[in-house]
Amino acid sequence: MSKRKAKDAHLPIGECINQVHRILRKRFCHQQLPDKPEGLEAQHKHLMDLLKRAMVHGESNSVLIVGPRGAGKSMLLRSVLRDLSEETEVQKNLLQVHLNGLLQTDDRIALKEITRQLHLENVVGDRVFGSFAENLAFLLDALKKGDRSSSRPVLFVLDEFDLFTHHKNQTLLYNLFDVSQSAQVPLAVVGLTCRLDVLELLEKRVKSRFSHRQIHLLTTLTFSQYLDRVRAQLSLPNGFPDGKFVEEWNATVTTLCEDTSVEEVLQRHYNSSKDFRSLHMLLMLCLSRVSVAKPAITPADLQDASRLCLADAKANMLHGLSILELCLIIAMKHLNDIYEGEPFNLQMVHNEFKKFLQRKSSSLYNFEQPVIMKAFERLQQLELIRPADSSSAKTQREYQLMRLMLDHGQIMEALQKYPQCPTDIKQWATSAFA
Amino acid sequence: MAIRIIAAEASDEQDTSQTKVFSMKGNAAWSGPANLLSSSFVFFLLPGSAAPGSHRVKSNPASSEQEPVTGSEQSWMAGLLEHPGYDEERLRRVSEQLPCRELQAGLLLSLMGQPQQYCYPSLFIYGHRASGKSHVVNVFMKDLELPHVTVSCVECVSVALLFEKVLQSFFGGDAASLLPRSPSLSDFVRIYRQQSSQSPAKQTRYIVMEKAELLRDADVNLLPALLRLQELVKDNVSVILLSEIVWDKFRPNTGCFEPLLLHFPDYSKGELQQILSTDRHPSYSAEFYSSYINMLLGVFYPICRDLRELRHLAALNFSKFCEPVAAGKVKETDTHKLWKYIEPHLKKAMQTVYLREVSSLQWEQMEEHETGALRGLSAHTHVELPYYSKFLLIAAYLASYNPARTDKRFFLKHHGKIRKTNFLKKNEKTSNHLLGPKPFPLDRLLAVFYSVVDSRVAPTASIFSQISSLVTLQLLTLVSHDDQLDTPKYKCAVSLDFISAISRTVNFDIVKYLYDFL
Repeated sequence: MSKRKAKDAHLPIGECINQVHRILRKRFCHQQLPDKPEGLEAQHKHLMDLLKRAMVHGESNSVLIVGPRGAGKSMLLRSVLRDLSEETEVQKNLLQVHLNGLLQTDDRIALKEITRQLHLENVVGDRVFGSFAENLAFLLDALKKGDRSSSRPVLFVLDEFDLFTHHKNQTLLYNLFDVSQSAQVPLAVVGLTCRLDVLELLEKRVKSRFSHRQIHLLTTLTFSQYLDRVRAQLSLPNGFPDGKFVEEWNATVTTLCEDTSVEEVLQRHYNSSKDFRSLHMLLMLCLSRVSVAKPAITPADLQDASRLCLADAKANMLHGLSILELCLIIAMKHLNDIYEGEPFNLQMVHNEFKKFLQRKSSSLYNFEQPVIMKAFERLQQLELIRPADSSSAKTQREYQLMRLMLDHGQIMEALQKYPQCPTDIKQWATSAFA
Repeated sequence: MAIRIIAAEASDEQDTSQTKVFSMKGNAAWSGPANLLSSSFVFFLLPGSAAPGSHRVKSNPASSEQEPVTGSEQSWMAGLLEHPGYDEERLRRVSEQLPCRELQAGLLLSLMGQPQQYCYPSLFIYGHRASGKSHVVNVFMKDLELPHVTVSCVECVSVALLFEKVLQSFFGGDAASLLPRSPSLSDFVRIYRQQSSQSPAKQTRYIVMEKAELLRDADVNLLPALLRLQELVKDNVSVILLSEIVWDKFRPNTGCFEPLLLHFPDYSKGELQQILSTDRHPSYSAEFYSSYINMLLGVFYPICRDLRELRHLAALNFSKFCEPVAAGKVKETDTHKLWKYIEPHLKKAMQTVYLREVSSLQWEQMEEHETGALRGLSAHTHVELPYYSKFLLIAAYLASYNPARTDKRFFLKHHGKIRKTNFLKKNEKTSNHLLGPKPFPLDRLLAVFYSVVDSRVAPTASIFSQISSLVTLQLLTLVSHDDQLDTPKYKCAVSLDFISAISRTVNFDIVKYLYDFL
């Protein structure tokens, strides 16, 4: 593929690596648009048709794109919009309004944002409107008047659509859908959400005005496709200045994906999730290890990156506890075993710990109550234990009921990994009857 | 270039900056369980030498094997922190400031990439307190001169403060003044976009959020929006969250953009020793100081791994450690004798100054005057109460810690027959001193009160007002709703020691009346 590039001057290796980082970082971190949405051709066509009809023929439409996080909803929409904007007719007419449920948290802010994005601040000015609908109608009317062809289509994109349903009375949604139903200004409403039950969140009157078109992005990716995707994500594009380097890089990526240990790692990630984002995170960690001294991704890199991604954070935190804190956790575990998950307080934990110390007849860990309380509070700060009821201010600290936020396996694993853990403590943890 | 936000930035010369950064961090970020006593940290660097600059000696031939960073190690470390796009000299200086964090710093740097390149939209760094999270990030930001803003979520009580800080440090004061009075996220993103279109990022801009766990209590949309800020503002910006709580406890219930997780592991004992040995006193040899640190860790390591706390304790107790040497009783090399001298002292420090029973200043004064009998904070529990209030409190304690069915036996003269076997059967789980106080109604409190108090007392308004003032003093707590007038329920919130002291003053033997001690 890069034969015609081969004649290009070879860049120094440092420059090549620089370029690799630049291109791939843009791909992984900045969510750069791919040339073609992979595996979403049908959805792409559906959305494209719908929007085109709205833009060209002036049909009003509403559609919801539903899919889990990282499934490529925004990517699909953006690529459709990119393709649409290539058509001159659409380009001339189309007005876009992008709203995000995270930012426009109520209808007043949303309306201001709509006004701003339609460049109508000067039209609205200081005028006072009676109702939301009146204001919106005025905005849309202004659009009609603004252009000679009396119907300029507007595209509303509502990202995080489910958050818009929490607005008071769902006024914004009601009005948008109402306009799109009552054939005034051509209006396309596209909602993006990750909630499958989003229709249940809509009020009845809003729901009835919605066209019930939904595009589902549920990945039906097989593992071999997943591997292909990894390869495609890591490969360099044709436009790269140094042809020879591209060839070498792409060859190493191909061999990397055929490696059995790599496949094993990827299978594990595939089993846990199939979305782009977690894949990007993994590849980003691999990429960060590429340097001039090591200009290729090795299977070991991928394994390390995977280990980083899948590490158990709580186990990591348990590793850093002091011996006293660990002893308290073991005591809590025993209390949990004996009283079957009933909440406990500091006195009980201390009592349990004292029993252990008596048995051992050594004063090595004989700490006073305040020292133990400090360790107990440290555990609470780390949220390894949590108050069982919220009335924390009303009871004394030593009698406040707590629950342990760790399970049996995590504690035992942490004990195994704990550096220089005394043997008697290990035994105490394993013995059921303390 | 960014305007530096942290005000506690001293004019640091290179060789002293490490101790300074740590001490500053100790002041700024400390919020322990005893944070009302955190003023004790002010006396952090007092003993031994007032000037932190004199802590290090640049060339000491005897100490070469004790120095944490020898020549060969240094080059290896500098090799680790090698990255194109950054000045090599600066990277070398940075890596000198980060002892025992080479791996993490290297990983972080490689994830950040070159300044012009995109960084991952959000990084989440977690690890125990004082494991160098903010230190590493701050050293990177400052010494590599990256455009950044450091925000402590403790300080930002409202989002407006956060927005203002970010805009001001990235785009100057004019941008911050564009914010409306109570800005929403939408306003912030709009102004940010507007500004960044005028001055787009040449280098990755970093927003460092310290104590990020407090973001969960803020507006629900704030955390998800910050995590995908890069996408929202379409600028090369990256958010770094620092926290000591794991990411699983942050995730909103509808999900969000997942940040890249980085763990800063705890320092091992050897690493703690290495770091603590760096700020040794110049008038003593390195071996001497390191043997001192070894003894200190011997006492404190099982209960505390917090570097800041250990550093504080090391600084406080060193003068005591030197005393026998200065007096000529012990030679510097005789570690066994030194241990014998210092061990009881350190044990005492664990019970006092570690728990903030006495402040650091008091502790030093105690050392100077050789007076060991200073009363700590918790010794001041004695409270002067009116006569009837004392009895009310005693009655409340008895009502809280005795089961109601035993009242007859304790307080009635002719209580009839109570089967003793049944009565005395109690196992450990039902011991009230283990389970804590139980709530009781007002009637029971008054009934017990009248039976324990000798004289005839009229149930005047003053008695009832004393009950409610005991509640305000937090010696009793009201468990039912505040507005309930008839039969409110109370709990007694004082300890056994406290109530014994009170009952001694009125000649009442409380232990005789407690079911648990029967």
